[in-house]
Amino acid sequence: MNAPMLVERLLPELDLAQLDALEEEAIFILRETAAAFERPALLFSGGKDSCVVLHLAEKAFKLAGQTSTRLPFPLLHVDTGHNFPEVIAFRDRHVAALGERLIVAHLDDSIARGSVRLGSPGESRNGHQSVALMEAVDEHRFDVLIGGARRDEEKARAKERILSHRDSFGQWQPKEQRPELWTLFNTRLKPGEHMRAFPISNWTELDVWLYIQRERIALPSIYYAHRREVVRRKGLLVPVTALTPPTLGDTVESVSVRFRTVGDITCTCPVESDAANAADVVVETLAVTVSERGATRMDDRTSDASMERRKKEGYF
Amino acid sequence: MSAVLDDTAARIARPPVVGARRPLRFLTAGSVDDGKSTLIGRLLLDSRAILADQLDMLETRAAGAPIDLSLLTDGLEAEREQGITIDVAFRYFATRERKFIIADAPGHEQYTRNMVTAAAGSDAAVVLVDATKLDVDAERVALLPQTRRHALLAQLLRVPHIVFAINKLDAVTDAARAFARIRDALVAFADDAGIAPAGIVPISALRGDNVTTPAPLPGYAGPTLLALLERLYDESDAPHGGALLPVQFVGGAGLDAASGTGHRARVLWGRIARGGIAVGDTLAVYPSGETARVAELHATGRKVARVEAGRSAGVVFDRQLDVSRGDWLATPGTLKPVQRFAATLAWLDTEPAVVGRKYWLRHGNRWLQGRIVSVESRLDIATLEPRDASELAVNDIGEVVFETQQPLPLESFATQRVAGALLVVDPATNRTSGALLVKTPI
Repeated sequence: MNAPMLVERLLPELDLAQLDALEEEAIFILRETAAAFERPALLFSGGKDSCVVLHLAEKAFKLAGQTSTRLPFPLLHVDTGHNFPEVIAFRDRHVAALGERLIVAHLDDSIARGSVRLGSPGESRNGHQSVALMEAVDEHRFDVLIGGARRDEEKARAKERILSHRDSFGQWQPKEQRPELWTLFNTRLKPGEHMRAFPISNWTELDVWLYIQRERIALPSIYYAHRREVVRRKGLLVPVTALTPPTLGDTVESVSVRFRTVGDITCTCPVESDAANAADVVVETLAVTVSERGATRMDDRTSDASMERRKKEGYF
Repeated sequence: MSAVLDDTAARIARPPVVGARRPLRFLTAGSVDDGKSTLIGRLLLDSRAILADQLDMLETRAAGAPIDLSLLTDGLEAEREQGITIDVAFRYFATRERKFIIADAPGHEQYTRNMVTAAAGSDAAVVLVDATKLDVDAERVALLPQTRRHALLAQLLRVPHIVFAINKLDAVTDAARAFARIRDALVAFADDAGIAPAGIVPISALRGDNVTTPAPLPGYAGPTLLALLERLYDESDAPHGGALLPVQFVGGAGLDAASGTGHRARVLWGRIARGGIAVGDTLAVYPSGETARVAELHATGRKVARVEAGRSAGVVFDRQLDVSRGDWLATPGTLKPVQRFAATLAWLDTEPAVVGRKYWLRHGNRWLQGRIVSVESRLDIATLEPRDASELAVNDIGEVVFETQQPLPLESFATQRVAGALLVVDPATNRTSGALLVKTPI
């Protein structure tokens, strides 16, 4: 995955000094989190943002050449049972190669326990993730969850602190946020509460792709162009899968696509693309005219305030 | 709908970030309705950081009227209902020169703590002044109290660059005269307050005049606001005083068995607050007072010979020392621990500060307890004078005498931000209650 000439021609003056500044900040936050809390976990779904955070954690906690060291915390994935198989295969391969410990919280287990009740069997499971997540927090007594959320993703996230407090129900209280002064993070918690830590808060989608390219970070194959059967619906390309079959009257097309975000299979849509590698994605990201969530997430379009509501309910 | 445009023009429309400068984080501050959100919307729109679907949403909401740029940053349901910004929002855009992070701070008085949050850690403050709210015919133009408060807070928190943007000049009858008179009032205020403004720019956020597009105005020959921000240099603390590093994280296994003494040494990670650290330097540990030589130095991903201030370093000593998170590494003889000191206290909690009560404090990476010995005065934001006071309530800034449970290597906040600032946390609620800025030992 070498940088092809195209990127260099397009961005002749591109200087990655700003990536160094973002990396430095993210690693500082990761070390702060590992040092200030007793039982951290890093949320790892195999999605690109969590791949970037995992890579940063490897850099933060392993000295050059020391591959035998383990991260000071396990990885945690909330598996909705509605994942793209390529992503789960990548997740397991990647974690095994790094020798890290992965805890998987299955939404199906929460459904079996009765703590999650679906309205209909095929509905999006994104909103229910928070229940399985909180059950994992309780079971493993995690006091901080490290995540790859970015402030540029969505308006409610733009107001999120780097260390964000959650009450014992896992809820975010936007009006009760603690002022965050310099790097004097207020890490104090009461029993049952936990914190969310967002090391790449200040990164944009472009920063993420520039970094993936520079650091040669491996991603699931569906982040790059591949042919896929899709149906065009309300301006979105809806992938044809066992969970999202075409309905009567739909025209199924085979299109060269890639995913910009990867979430629940029932609500994640790809975009048309010929980008074969990270450098190509950088070029496309520079040209893009639709925001990341607008192009790919059916559930965020429900209302302007949909993300804020889900965050208040404990969604990541 | 294809998310990708093929034509080259669209590609260069969102230009890449170039130059070795760090991203510039700046806050915008102003009173309610001064046009902060509109200014930010304007910067995002003109730098093409607003994407098609976001614009669609604005157009849908506008239903035929001109789009309301402020909706781009007013992200939370509650504030859309109230029509005001209630919390700090972070926004991102880039020009060919630089990447920018905007901290959108509310001007609403009861939310001053959020402005403090936005100011702490920002490289610049853009203080908006609404030209339509001021009587420019008065003998002396009286600035709004909030303008003074915002500028003073930015100065107090040592935001390196303070820029005044005189907004809504499109809505006054004689823009040149209004600009000149308000500029003079700002200069007089800044002189009194000891502020050296990085610029006083006449703008119309609504139209974009002198925000991103030059708009000639008699009496103003300076750059646009954006051009001014692109050129602001990085400012760091004075380098004198020796090396200083608060230990953040103790990691494992530096010095492999083949290279040195054979012990699996611990790596002491922290961001250097002052000076640089090089292999071979002798450093003292606070509070133990022990000294050792730097045998090995790590930056992220590699061994290095030297690390400069502002970057994280991993220090490996040539002998085993008992060092933990919260300790400090410093050039021997440079730290002067104090336990009782005069400080400025910015109070952010709705519960007033209580003299004599124990609070949690965070200094560097150490948590300890401390108490307010006495409140000496409260700063009157209109006159800049200290006024007699014996208590501090939310949004007050005062002078206090403070005492900590143990001696700390404190320095004046005016010259050393890391060693000169403490966080005050209420032990009952864990709320962040105040920011304590050290002045002098007592």
